[in-house]
Amino acid sequence: MSLKNLTFAAMTAAFVGIAGAGVAEAQDKLKVGFVYVGPVGDFGWSYQHDQGRKAVEAAFPGKVETTFVENVPEGPDAERVIETLAKSGHKLIFTTSFGFMEPTLKVAKRYPNVMFEHATGYKRDKNVATYSGRFYEGRYIIGQIAAKMSKSGTVGYIASFPIPEVVSGINAFMLGAQSVKPDMKIKVIWVSSWFDPGKEADAAKALISQGADVLSQHTDSPAAMQEAEKAGVKAFGQSSDMVKFGPKAQLTSIVDDWGPYYIKRVKAALDGTWKSEDFWGGLKDGDVVMAPYANMPDDVKAMAKATEDKLRSGAMHAFTCPVVDQAGKTIECKGGKNLDDGQVLGMNFYVKGIDDKLPQ
Amino acid sequence: MRLVLEKRQEASDLMAYASPLIAVAITFAFSAIVFAAMGKPVGASLFTYFIEPLTDLNSLQELAVKATPLVLIAVGLSLCYISNNWNIGAEGQYVMGAVFGSGVALAAQGTMSGPHVLAAMLAAGILGGMLWGALPALLKVRFGASEILTSLMLVYVAEKVLDYLVRGPWRDPKGYNFPQSVAFDTTVPVLFESGRLHLGSVIALGVVIAAFVLVGRTLKGFELQVVGQAPRAARFAGFSPARATLFVFAVSGGLAGLAGIIEVAGPIGQLQPSISPGYGFTAIIVAFLGRLNPIGCLIAGLLLALTYIGGENAQIVLKLPLDLTKVIQGFLLFAVLACDSLILYRPRLIAGGSHGGTAHGAH
Repeated sequence: MSLKNLTFAAMTAAFVGIAGAGVAEAQDKLKVGFVYVGPVGDFGWSYQHDQGRKAVEAAFPGKVETTFVENVPEGPDAERVIETLAKSGHKLIFTTSFGFMEPTLKVAKRYPNVMFEHATGYKRDKNVATYSGRFYEGRYIIGQIAAKMSKSGTVGYIASFPIPEVVSGINAFMLGAQSVKPDMKIKVIWVSSWFDPGKEADAAKALISQGADVLSQHTDSPAAMQEAEKAGVKAFGQSSDMVKFGPKAQLTSIVDDWGPYYIKRVKAALDGTWKSEDFWGGLKDGDVVMAPYANMPDDVKAMAKATEDKLRSGAMHAFTCPVVDQAGKTIECKGGKNLDDGQVLGMNFYVKGIDDKLPQ
Repeated sequence: MRLVLEKRQEASDLMAYASPLIAVAITFAFSAIVFAAMGKPVGASLFTYFIEPLTDLNSLQELAVKATPLVLIAVGLSLCYISNNWNIGAEGQYVMGAVFGSGVALAAQGTMSGPHVLAAMLAAGILGGMLWGALPALLKVRFGASEILTSLMLVYVAEKVLDYLVRGPWRDPKGYNFPQSVAFDTTVPVLFESGRLHLGSVIALGVVIAAFVLVGRTLKGFELQVVGQAPRAARFAGFSPARATLFVFAVSGGLAGLAGIIEVAGPIGQLQPSISPGYGFTAIIVAFLGRLNPIGCLIAGLLLALTYIGGENAQIVLKLPLDLTKVIQGFLLFAVLACDSLILYRPRLIAGGSHGGTAHGAH
């Protein structure tokens, strides 16, 4: 083949390629990518995001194609995974863990025509939106339930990492509990992992043996629920409804329902109205859902429902002032009647009554 | 009838080179069967998995980026292993390298930047890894403590140190209390406008060549091999096993530390609680896949990187599950070890006598 022929062939190929791409794009579905930090089978955080992805598929039959990549470590690999999704024609990409923040922003700079959504982060860009859930609302409710249900007066709390989301969760839980029983005791174990069934189960056992008869968790596996079921104590699920792992143990679970948000954003992308914004939805928005209240007397159920309604309508806030920290100092009340969103998003102190030192 | 493995009189040189290729071919065949069983088009799947990452410049760069820490660490580990020193703690040395280097980066943050800061960061990274690697070596030489245990335990200590720093003193004050440092001013430069290939990959290549020369062409390299293979002979020759232990742990720790700071100041760009998807452990596999040979480590590192990137492609393009990646990686390792065994040993069927009365049977 002469050079001329070769050039001709290459040009033809390029032309066909361009034409092909044009046709394909016109008929193509919107490709939506999801990046998960855990396995889809964790029955917690990543599982719930995947449920949201499935809700998107069901809501737009024939119009969208979704892809997910699971178990992506929050390190140098994340950027490559996000980039591969962008490069392979995904126009809307959800990166669903805090550690994906910088990689998402870096890739977004290189792909200005791709829309990115980063969960639980705080940095945005023209084509990077952020979203999260007000899980602390649910934690206030389960704190109240725990105070009612605990006979020993001590609850166990399995925590992942001392980041603001987790710390505000512990505080909301404790404020709820104290609203029912002011001298409520809490024991916190940090397992330094979001998903480690072995460690979570060990933590649950340790807490139970230390006298905790209600367990709450801010980790993603149902291991603690299973331990509670075995030991005959009560527990709260996390992220997903874990009742099948603890039919006698689960009081309720704070369920992250990403479906409504994902559907809303995909629709915006399809309509061409997508804009970068920050979304922090709670009970009101249907992002945070309480699993059916179970294994408790009717009066406790009624109390939980009443609190849930008040939090939903805005008649009540989990961090109603005055909020007092461990040292007895009253926290500045920036939100009028309650702490403002910034204070909750950056929460780095324990409230009074928590007998634990915040890992620093 | 019994199947026994008999040691061959002489291992075939040809097969020694061919066996990794045969192993890769077997892995291809195995993957094809799995793809077919999962109802995916076999040709397209194999292409997506093994070939596509090699077809464009960007993914070739990604391959090198992914392989860089693996190769750096594995080269160091292979020096340890040929001299019979079992450093299992490269992950911790990697982390300490990242910590030391980041210390320099953060100290210079906002006041200084430029090549000399980067050089200081890399040097600090090497030093950090070296010190962390020297601990198990000293414990072994001085007290006879098992370096397998001590080096492994120090991994967890290093991770806790990192964890403490990013949650405490080195936390980005503007970062909403999230556990991470500020983004570094001084970073490992990328080589091309587009893509993530960085200076670290060049350094890794240099290290491979240096190690190759060291092992094959210098007295030190000879010493390490003799210490590993014939400790008595080494003593007669005046080689000190203790000195060899300190040397290889310092070198492998230093290289792991270098990998750590390159990764943190390169692709990641800041210090955060998780900076390694287990590079220090995966590099052990790379070292053995590469037959404890620096060039072999380079090839093995690239091959393993290919299976990671191919696995991601398979998830994205073919919607194949991640578990399949792990199955294929596991199978690759199995195939390599099986092929290697067959170079040194011959399987033989022996008729009768399952009672273990023969000379070979008792053990």
